[in-house]
Amino acid sequence: MAAKTPKPQELLQIDHRPPREWWMDRKVVFKPGTWCYAGRPENVKALDLPFPREWSPDEEDWKLPDNWKEIVLETFRDRLHKFRSLKVFMDICVRCGACADKCHYFIGSGDPKNMPVLRAELLRSIYRGEFTKAGQILGRLAGGRKLTYDVIKEWFYYFFQCTECRRCSVFCPYGIDTAEITMIARELLLEIGININWIMGPVANSFRTGNHMGLLPHTFKDNIEFLCEDIYDITGIKIEPTFNRKGAEILFITPSADVFAEPGIYTCMGYLLLFHYLDLDYTWSTYASEGGNFGLFTSHEMMKRLNAKMYAEAKRLGVKWILGGECGHMWRVIHQYMNTLNGPADFLEVPVSPITGTRFEHAKATKMIHILEFISDLIYHDKLNLDPSRNDHLVVTHHDSCNPVRAMGFIQEPRHVIKSVCNNFYEMPENTIYAETFCCGSGAGLNTDEFMEMRMRGGLPRANAVDYVHKKYGVNRMTAICAIDRAVLPTLMNYWVPGVSISGVCELVGNALVMPGEKPRDIDLRQEPLVRPTAEMPSEDESDV
Amino acid sequence: MSRVIFPLIVVLVLIAIPILGVKVAGLHLLFGVVIPYVAFAIFILGFIWRVIYWAQSPVPFRIPTTAGQQRSLPWFKQSRWDNPFTTGEVIVRMALEVLCFRSLFRNKRIDFRQLPDGTPILRYSPTKWLWAFALLFHWSFLIILIRHIRLATVPIPGPIEFLDHLDAIFEIGLPQLYLTDLTILAGLLFLLCRRLFIPQLRYISLPADYFPLFLIISIVCSGMLMRYFLRTDIVGVKELVMGLVSFHPHAPVKDIGTIFFVHIFLVSCLFAYFPFSKLMHMGGVFLSPTRNLANNSRYKRHINPWNYPVKTHPYEEYEEEFREFMKQAGIPVEKE
Repeated sequence: MAAKTPKPQELLQIDHRPPREWWMDRKVVFKPGTWCYAGRPENVKALDLPFPREWSPDEEDWKLPDNWKEIVLETFRDRLHKFRSLKVFMDICVRCGACADKCHYFIGSGDPKNMPVLRAELLRSIYRGEFTKAGQILGRLAGGRKLTYDVIKEWFYYFFQCTECRRCSVFCPYGIDTAEITMIARELLLEIGININWIMGPVANSFRTGNHMGLLPHTFKDNIEFLCEDIYDITGIKIEPTFNRKGAEILFITPSADVFAEPGIYTCMGYLLLFHYLDLDYTWSTYASEGGNFGLFTSHEMMKRLNAKMYAEAKRLGVKWILGGECGHMWRVIHQYMNTLNGPADFLEVPVSPITGTRFEHAKATKMIHILEFISDLIYHDKLNLDPSRNDHLVVTHHDSCNPVRAMGFIQEPRHVIKSVCNNFYEMPENTIYAETFCCGSGAGLNTDEFMEMRMRGGLPRANAVDYVHKKYGVNRMTAICAIDRAVLPTLMNYWVPGVSISGVCELVGNALVMPGEKPRDIDLRQEPLVRPTAEMPSEDESDV
Repeated sequence: MSRVIFPLIVVLVLIAIPILGVKVAGLHLLFGVVIPYVAFAIFILGFIWRVIYWAQSPVPFRIPTTAGQQRSLPWFKQSRWDNPFTTGEVIVRMALEVLCFRSLFRNKRIDFRQLPDGTPILRYSPTKWLWAFALLFHWSFLIILIRHIRLATVPIPGPIEFLDHLDAIFEIGLPQLYLTDLTILAGLLFLLCRRLFIPQLRYISLPADYFPLFLIISIVCSGMLMRYFLRTDIVGVKELVMGLVSFHPHAPVKDIGTIFFVHIFLVSCLFAYFPFSKLMHMGGVFLSPTRNLANNSRYKRHINPWNYPVKTHPYEEYEEEFREFMKQAGIPVEKE
């Protein structure tokens, strides 16, 4: 079982000064709580990925294939050939150190190899030592080293301690993107059978059943119908969504966690209420029942294999366009990769809101828009009857999820919607939001329990910013437009800032939306009373500051 | 420590070579003509080779780092320079990046402390030192480089003459002191000191980070020695340089001063080293896909030249496996 997570006070003994021994001399120590379990052979096999086997990172022998070194170097060469980004990022870093203290894992752990510059140097040193003349001859004097078994272990440790959040890339004078480096490093490891089960499991599930949770078609439908029953209890409104319906105008896809797990299900209830309110001609799909794509954390190829379902299903059902739910890395894939990988989507039409007639010109090629773009347009055109006071029991802040902000620029859309559906909204300090937002500490497939210590360390900067508004304004709710956020931030908050709950933006929309024919609403979608509990006022917390 | 000492020794050796070569062996032609030519050829060819090497790999995906609001709906104000949508906006973003080091301007320092009761406090404050001195160094270097054109032109073009006057605007000393000589030294020393004295910086620094600093400092110092202290035969220097740029090189005058040969040899080393080093960030910054692409991938399809078919799990296979469940749950199927 996972190691016991240290108490916050133990974890705060962080020393940001580097150790005496230089980084090339230091070997990785696999301390419980800082690494993820290896991919189960059955999952690896189900995906036809190389070298399925039982192995564990904390054991000496990783049971690598005999020719692991050739495979890695061959794959490295291949990726250099395929990605200009990789070539340029291997060559141009000047080690100015601007990125060093931008990584949440470095801030929370003090481990120098969590400085983005050193994380990349783990790969660069091999690039120089194996592929460049100077590095081959001069070795360390030219910043090069040879690829060894220990290097592979180090790669595993640190490239699965990066959440691909891209914060460092914002500050880099050359835009060197550690997410890109980590993605490719993970591809190199994948080729010799090194992967983690928290990614392999969801990917295998998603491939076969259509979603990470492995929900079979009837269960997926059942789950949504359960949510509809709850909605009936809360509002008196009966909703009957459709599944795999041909000829619908819109296909709706959201992360399966919204259908299945708290607190995502309340966000999902928000979607369901909204669509019912609008009488939207839309359908769910059990086949394309996952918005998220852990393929992004596996390899570019796996991302394509999983993402293919979206367009394929849209085509089969004959819908006009696709609407996407609240999810972070899902939107990176849709925005920056989908159309390139699996397009062109010429069988679809440019998204047009059937209610306002707005043509979403900026998505005219990919033909998929974000639910908050859709709702923002409705609010702008005054098409929703909203009662923000129904969120008065909440004092809200918003966590910008990494991918929508730094791989898309999705900043004002959620704020427009949030401010229209609630009365108490406060921003966190400016260097922790917008493009400089901090990761939840558990992204890129690292949201697993055995990684808890690093998750709490990596989440410290985010939690600390929440702590600030929690104490100052009494914030008790943080919204996040990312399913991983919704899954992991409650744990993070319990650890660092008890008293702050997490939800999607559409949950607040669901609370505020005045449904025609509803019964008097005295509870919110969580079935909690709609009065502001006085006990949660900040006074208590502030007394000892 | 060898990461600092090694490059320092290399630079000292590089300084010794022309002194020995010219003073002892009398190889004026080698150091005055042959080596500069070879070094410059290596620079040009190496630079082109490196850019071609990069350009040979495609840009499969459109992955700009978006540092501001996207262009979506008209009531949201797009951050045009941080999240460009059009090529024009990309050009502005790149120009700000290359000319003003915009990303570096964003730099923040973390301040981590704990209150007596143990409450952790993380704060971030802007820090502009690196940005300011990096800018100072790079711009000074550029101006110095342009100023040197006066040694290779007859008559000296007006703009160069103007720049030269501007640089010596305070008219201190004789020959007049160039401001950029001071500012480039300030920039270089700052960059060197932070590498040497900030523990994290020292930890990440490689010999390849110290070497260019030592080399350029030596170049600047030898240049200043030549101008302000050891006084070389400027007419002889100009004759030599004119010969080089007009491709009618002739052996340099013998009493041109050894310091000149040190200077031109170190410059030659810098040129020859450039294409194979991190100094190529000068070219690479233009090719960085997180900065030089428009964030319009939902608007316009980006093509990946090596996009290949992959094994997927088609709907038919899915229905085949789950048909009975689907039928029982009332989910429509293709085959009854």
